[in-house]
Amino acid sequence: MTTPTLMPYDEALGRFEPVLGVETHVELGTASKMFCGCATTFGAAPNTQVCPVCLGLPGSLPVANAAAIEATIKIGLALNCSIAEWCRFARKNYFYPDMPKDFQISQYDEPLCFDGYLDVEVNGEVVRVGIERVHLEEDTGKSLHVGGATGRIHGADYSLVDYNRAGIPLVEIVTKPVEGTDRLAPEVARAYATELRELMRALGVSDVRMEEGSMRCDINVSLMPRGSSEWGTRTETKNVNSLRSIERAVRHEIERQAAILADGGTIIQETRHFHEDTGETTSGRSKEEAQDYRYFPEPDLVPIAPDRAWVEELRAGLPELPSVRRKRLRSEWGVSELDMQAMLNAGAVEPVEATIAAGATPADARKWWMGELARRANESGTPLAELAVTPAQVARVAALVAEGTLNDKLARQVLEGVLAGEGEPDEVVAARGLKIVGGDEELGAVIDQVIADNPDVADKIRSGKVAAAGALVGAVMKATRGQADAGRARELILEKLGAA
Amino acid sequence: MSLTRRTAAELGAMIASGEVSAVEVTQAHLDRIAEVDDKVHAFLHVATESALAQARDVDARRAAGEELGPLAGVPVAHKDIFTTADMPTTCGSKILEGWQPPYDATVTARLRAAGLVILGKTNLDEFAMGSSTDNSAFGPSHNPWDLTRVPGGSSGGSSAAVAAFEAPLSTGTDTGGSIRQPAAVTGIVGMKPTYGGSSRYGLVAFASSLDTPGPFARNVLDAALLHEAFSGHDPLDSTSIDQPVPPVVEAARQADVSGMRIGVVKEFSGEGYQPGVLARFQEACDLLESLGAKVVEVSCPSFTYALPAYYLIAPSEASSNLARFDAMRYGLRVGDDGTRSAEEVMALTRAAGFGPEVKRRIMLGTYALSSGYYDAYYGQAQKVRTLITRDFEAAYEQVDVLISPTTPTTAFRIGERADDPMAMYLADLCTIPSNLTGNAAISVPCGLADEDDLPVGLQIMAPVLGDDRCYRVGAAVEAALQSRWGAPLLDKAPAL
Ligand SMILES: [Zn+2]
Repeated sequence: MTTPTLMPYDEALGRFEPVLGVETHVELGTASKMFCGCATTFGAAPNTQVCPVCLGLPGSLPVANAAAIEATIKIGLALNCSIAEWCRFARKNYFYPDMPKDFQISQYDEPLCFDGYLDVEVNGEVVRVGIERVHLEEDTGKSLHVGGATGRIHGADYSLVDYNRAGIPLVEIVTKPVEGTDRLAPEVARAYATELRELMRALGVSDVRMEEGSMRCDINVSLMPRGSSEWGTRTETKNVNSLRSIERAVRHEIERQAAILADGGTIIQETRHFHEDTGETTSGRSKEEAQDYRYFPEPDLVPIAPDRAWVEELRAGLPELPSVRRKRLRSEWGVSELDMQAMLNAGAVEPVEATIAAGATPADARKWWMGELARRANESGTPLAELAVTPAQVARVAALVAEGTLNDKLARQVLEGVLAGEGEPDEVVAARGLKIVGGDEELGAVIDQVIADNPDVADKIRSGKVAAAGALVGAVMKATRGQADAGRARELILEKLGAA
Repeated sequence: MSLTRRTAAELGAMIASGEVSAVEVTQAHLDRIAEVDDKVHAFLHVATESALAQARDVDARRAAGEELGPLAGVPVAHKDIFTTADMPTTCGSKILEGWQPPYDATVTARLRAAGLVILGKTNLDEFAMGSSTDNSAFGPSHNPWDLTRVPGGSSGGSSAAVAAFEAPLSTGTDTGGSIRQPAAVTGIVGMKPTYGGSSRYGLVAFASSLDTPGPFARNVLDAALLHEAFSGHDPLDSTSIDQPVPPVVEAARQADVSGMRIGVVKEFSGEGYQPGVLARFQEACDLLESLGAKVVEVSCPSFTYALPAYYLIAPSEASSNLARFDAMRYGLRVGDDGTRSAEEVMALTRAAGFGPEVKRRIMLGTYALSSGYYDAYYGQAQKVRTLITRDFEAAYEQVDVLISPTTPTTAFRIGERADDPMAMYLADLCTIPSNLTGNAAISVPCGLADEDDLPVGLQIMAPVLGDDRCYRVGAAVEAALQSRWGAPLLDKAPAL
């Protein structure tokens, strides 16, 4: 694989304007598959969640999952789309071993939802991303290519197919081309995906885990020379499996395409694959090899004609949407847009909200989730919300600090204990003996001893060298094995030595 | 009288009364199969052991005082396109040779539950594509009236089995006439129910929007009994109609056409129609008049375009439905020697596993659906479908049923049309419109053609969910003709 020539980002943006598009596949979290009754649990043993229908056995027929249709309409409504009065499924025909029927039941020119938008915020600015369509389809199985260097089908010794995923309901959300993002294109792409993910969570229709593939983004990028209004040829980058990758992939495509165009070359309309390790994209299928999918209306299924009154009921029942909620929380918590964005990116909004609900102040809740807990989540590669600590426990720790039982250092140890499964915060405090060396009296006795042990330092302080107090504070902390309030200890030392 | 010459209704009653056992009835039919099927070749699979076991079960339940349905213990043969959990399902194709489905089709399951005894699986044109059963990968079936002739198709094994007294009842599927045309040329009754009236679940798809399971029998009442036993809403088939089954058995018993308005489709006559076929058809029209019906001529101009529209829609759907036979999960696998890619194995398997007619239709359909041609072919054909629906609707404003010859000619010779697909396709000229619109239609025997002494069928077409009208008119014609002949038509068939 040769390293592609890239044009530095600033130069690329100086000469070209990017046009962006995002196609997102979201696996719905329905209990059963799209067209049969099989379970959809992630991670089950291969080929254990299958039946004649999702294996595409001869004679089997699909029956549409009503819950999936409802979820798709909710998504469409939340994305400000029109909901089709009548639409059909269509067959997308192509041969591939992981597709049991060698066609995918999808939707073609009659999507269930169409013509909407999603507002996303980037650097405090609102960018409106147009939504072309939202349609419903079935997922394919999963191939595992064994042997060979690349893990791809070419060069593999043999391939295994797991059909557990085959037939899981998949919603495809396609944006309209997004123009005018200028140098913020990568950020806009990321912010769009982030906002979409939040929206899916708020709707409760999917667990939207990019790392498990329940949300997958394909990124379309094209460039047009500054001053031109004619779009260039676009590429479609697949295999972009994290929010960060989305940003990197867009940036990389801009730099790559700019280098080619500046060199007088042409962009090939093709599918490209993103590589997490290098941050680069490589060529996949080109348009010349592109398939003719021979779409036609699926004759095994009846058209979907959502009742208008029902659609309005669904609209009325939509939960508070994430952007609205964030605006509300921002004012309730008194945080900046930037801080809120950081919390959103870290997946901290829900835990913080729950921690506040459990009694913590907004500042404390944010401090623990965005500080110590974010660090631990990062270290262990666990999503924040999945750490083994509950918002109520975090709120309790914050309360223990507030009442002076713990200092921050001890509180971190308590959280460590909770995460390690040692029980509730109070149990960890008791079991590990993590109590701040309490009132001034107790602390005063320790300080007296430390002053007696360090007469030279004490004299320095008495003579006005206040900075030397640090040494005595250190000694106090050592003597209390860290379980003292360092600030109070310093105050008391200065007081006792007449330097306050 | 031999048990095998009894009607299904009679056998059911005899078993219910204890006059004979289900085992005796089943054994009689198994004996008949053993005696004649090497000549007829109606069966691809005879399930001797499981049939006798099922029959014993019926007898035991009967002895225990259990209340069973009117066809409990009566044997049936299934077209080998319905899945059966206890016997292979081949669809007459090498690509599925030996495939044992893990599940029963709804038709299979319902008949099992009703106590019918499955004798085995019958021959068919590969994946139901054809009008002769010549296209079976396992050799042709033979018409019991003349073993050198075809028993029709695609459900030719099922028609031959019933006409040869190997089974009193059989199932078939009708996509363009595949039940009615074989029934007509073997002198039996075959019904294509309203599309959606009988479940397609477990029927290996040829053309999903057209395929319809239906019954074969030697008389109209038996066909109605079988029809009723497997029909009705099935939640596993989204296109299944959630409505009560039309009162077909009652209609078959009613057998009265007085006051009915009957339309003769003007477009189904003239060139290409065998004189003996037209003569028997004219007699049937006169007979219906004499029975008190009002027979008028009705024009359905769009019916002329039904055949070309069908040969775009059916292959288009087939090209997609048959994609799954890719050697990956079941059936034949060719060329998997460790050096070839999955794509190559798929291609080699499909090249080796499908017969020429199947390949022809897959190619036709793939072309018709391809980008740039879709509107001109598939799209246009769907418009024709709408026009034909309008013709039917207009006709049914004037009449209760429409009639025509079932097929333009009597049974042709085996192999005669094998090299002339167009001639073969013409066999379905009169039957296809009802498939395109989902209407009900039946074929009942109306005599023998003078020039070859071979059976001629009368087709009776009715609106969607008007299945009972087909049975009502069919039963009236059957009764009047049998009293004229003094015996069922099949009594005139030569001994095998
Ligand atoms: Zn399934």
